[in-house]
Amino acid sequence: MPSRRAIVTAAVAGLIAIAAGIALSYQIHWFPVQASTQAKETDTLYHVLVIASVPIFVLVVTVILFSVWQFHMRPGEELKDGPPIHGNTRLEVFWTAIPAALLLGLVSYSFVVLHNNEKKPAGVPEVQIGVTGQQFFWDYEYPSSVTGGKPLKSYQLYLPEGYTVYFNMRSKDVIHAFWIPAFRLQEDVVPGITTHYRATPDRLGTYPVVCNLLCGSGHSLMRSAVHVVPPAQFRAWLAAQERSGSTVATASTDPPDRAAAPATVAGVGAG
Amino acid sequence: MASTVQSPDPVRPGTGSSPFGDRPQRLGLGAKLRAPGFYRAAWMMLLGVAFAFGLTWLVRMSTGHTTFHHYIDGEAILTVALIAAPLMFLVGIGGFDYWFYWAAGRPTRPEDHSGHGAYTWKDYFRINTDHKVIGVQYTVTSFFFLLVGGLIAMLMRIELAQPGAQFIDANTYNGLFSVHASILIFFFIIPVFAGFANFVIPLMIGAPDMAFPRLNALSYWLLPVGGAMMLLSFLAPGGAFADGWTAYTPLSTDMPVGQVFFSLGVQFAGASSIMTALNFLVTIITMRAPGMSFFRMPLLVWANFATSLLVVIATPFIAASQFFVILDRSLGFNFFNAGAGGDVLMYQHVFWFYSHPAVYIMMLPGFGIISEVIAVKSRKPIFGYRMMAFSLLAIVVLGFTVWAHHMFTSGMAAWIRIPMAITTAIIAVPTGIKIFSWLATLWRGVLHLDTSMLFALGFLTTFTLGGISGVMLAMIPFDIHVSASYFIVAHIHYVLFGGSLMTIFAGVYYWFPKMTGRMYDERLGKWHFWSTFVFFNLTFAPMHVLGLQGMPRRVATYSTQFADLNLFISICSWLLGLSTLIFLYNMVTSWRGGPRAGANPWRGMTIEWQVSSPPPVFNFDRVPTVVGGPYEYGVPGAVHAILKPTPATVGAAVGTASGAPPGVKLAPSE
Repeated sequence: MPSRRAIVTAAVAGLIAIAAGIALSYQIHWFPVQASTQAKETDTLYHVLVIASVPIFVLVVTVILFSVWQFHMRPGEELKDGPPIHGNTRLEVFWTAIPAALLLGLVSYSFVVLHNNEKKPAGVPEVQIGVTGQQFFWDYEYPSSVTGGKPLKSYQLYLPEGYTVYFNMRSKDVIHAFWIPAFRLQEDVVPGITTHYRATPDRLGTYPVVCNLLCGSGHSLMRSAVHVVPPAQFRAWLAAQERSGSTVATASTDPPDRAAAPATVAGVGAG
Repeated sequence: MASTVQSPDPVRPGTGSSPFGDRPQRLGLGAKLRAPGFYRAAWMMLLGVAFAFGLTWLVRMSTGHTTFHHYIDGEAILTVALIAAPLMFLVGIGGFDYWFYWAAGRPTRPEDHSGHGAYTWKDYFRINTDHKVIGVQYTVTSFFFLLVGGLIAMLMRIELAQPGAQFIDANTYNGLFSVHASILIFFFIIPVFAGFANFVIPLMIGAPDMAFPRLNALSYWLLPVGGAMMLLSFLAPGGAFADGWTAYTPLSTDMPVGQVFFSLGVQFAGASSIMTALNFLVTIITMRAPGMSFFRMPLLVWANFATSLLVVIATPFIAASQFFVILDRSLGFNFFNAGAGGDVLMYQHVFWFYSHPAVYIMMLPGFGIISEVIAVKSRKPIFGYRMMAFSLLAIVVLGFTVWAHHMFTSGMAAWIRIPMAITTAIIAVPTGIKIFSWLATLWRGVLHLDTSMLFALGFLTTFTLGGISGVMLAMIPFDIHVSASYFIVAHIHYVLFGGSLMTIFAGVYYWFPKMTGRMYDERLGKWHFWSTFVFFNLTFAPMHVLGLQGMPRRVATYSTQFADLNLFISICSWLLGLSTLIFLYNMVTSWRGGPRAGANPWRGMTIEWQVSSPPPVFNFDRVPTVVGGPYEYGVPGAVHAILKPTPATVGAAVGTASGAPPGVKLAPSE
């Protein structure tokens, strides 16, 4: 048996490593800025996961290093065998039940976060915005319920701060994924069906929009931007878009003609 | 037990017409063109291409100009040729000879093991039914594909060293990572485990060979065929398939013809997997030596038993998914054409119903290797043997219930996410049992920290990290953020490189003396481990952060905010790639001129260590008798199996040694 002193040393080292690991996890700049209420919930979930994971990893590494330190073969032990320990039922039940309980607890917590992130928040007005993906750009449709007049199509994504946004996403060719890392949200954009997600932007600014599913040779550059602006500025922007002729404005809900699109998107550029 | 593999056909001595087991002879060109081998394969492949030309022309012509503008169409010919030419290659090399002779009523030669053994390096380039030769063929071929796949990765990291285009265009880059993944998954990790298992498992269970030696030979030869197809796709018009190893529709149905090389190459790899898995199942169930109950089997045998169950049940699904793609492309079936009522998401469900279990197909045999290495090198019985076996079976069952966790952001029905998240979290429990049991096996052992043990301990570390990030990905809100980002790239490499490849290296070093009869250079082995372990972590750990920060995977260029980390990763990945040179040098020089290995350099108790290194051509003069567990280290007087020492000479046929003296105890009693 290893000496009591060695075990205590390893236990202390392990505890220090756990504390250091968790402290380090708060120092690392893991995420982009949080620009939605969903981002806050998801980041908290991530930190809980890290805090739960560090002790498990440290335990495994500590036992390995301790075994290497204490049990490595010493000169003269070339033909020696260890004690014939075949198992320990109580220990095996323990390391089956405890991880199972931990995992079920974590996954239950993740369901709570999921529910909070996906439900329609009470008392917050909601706007619906259409998203269309095609090789290799996004365009957006602001329906009459948002513009108050004719639906508006644009290659720019402006969102009012303090509103909930419900994206209705469609693809004109292959599968894309509409990812806004600052919101911690994405969903595939699939030909033939309309997919959705709900975001509540709560921080003013401009953030990347990324296509996150391989969609062909231009996939790497299928990037755009989302502008989160105050509601007044959002309305002003909508009004300006309707006045200007630079965007595709039609009454139809159909996506713009594919052949006509590239000329316009060239002016927007890969934000 | 030996009689299990005897053919029911009467022995026909002197029938020279059979290809099996003929010693190499000098043949004239005419005879060479008729005998099984590369000459015959070459003209038969041309025949296959001609068939493709003729068939497509005939079909198009009989349909008429109203449907087809041209009767001769490159893609149509290529698609049919990619089925016909490889099949004709297999016929030419002799993979079907026995069955053709049998079907034609001509004299066949029963499998009497007379074709066993490889006497020159040329014998490895022929059809051979010896499980040990096939094991070496599998292993060496797979490592060739590892080098190719690794080189492709290094090219990718040059392109990614800085944002913007470096030296290749985006389409070529997409082709590189698609071929990288396909080669390493289907032609390295899966088959290299089949290679180890082919060599070791018949020896471990005391069998003279696999249950179906001819099927075994055929399943090996499917492998270079499929792998060559994947690599040749770079020469296809429009470039290699460039939609990832997942080949999601409708991108894959829109791809240039390079896609066909993937869809059909997978069929050859899959057929090979299924044949081998059936072979292992029948071998393990029916050919165990007397006394080898299921709970006396070494855990490597258990692991391959579990893996084979997964392969047999799951692999037909990826075959189906790729046939759907081919039918959509070539014949307009519109399975995945949303405009014609097709269902795009259906592809993903069918694909992942194979490809999630495939993760365990690529991991469970490694678990078996680690169990062997840790028990022997710790000089202790494996801790909780039965739970180790049951947890494998638990993973087999649970492995089929988690596939849609790859689709949390796919747009499928939202409720499916909930049960899949629960099963995904729960499948970590049996994996955790294995990790903890290995740790407990180390406890109070006498640890021999040589190369294979270092790789086993390195595996425990990196695979734990891969498991932890896997559990994180089961948490749906978190997965919604990082799905398909570089976090996934980090996770998959912690599982497949830090997991599978570490176990593969542990296995190579562990069985190298048995397979080659030589010892490797221990010092170089340790250098190889440390350089691999350090640069692996430096390469892949930062990718977690890239993904969290918002870098998508499968991109040839990226936003400038990710530039610093990517440059660091590229440098480390090159050092990681170069560390493989140490391994290659060690393997090649040791195989050529390393010190002779004894029968049992690690003092293992399992049966493969009780025969000479390399093992005798016929494995055993007498079928061994198993009298105890496989890992009874430290138990005074414990014996796993009793077998008569085999003579070092070759040529004695199985069954002729019936007058031999009674068995001698060989297992170490220390």
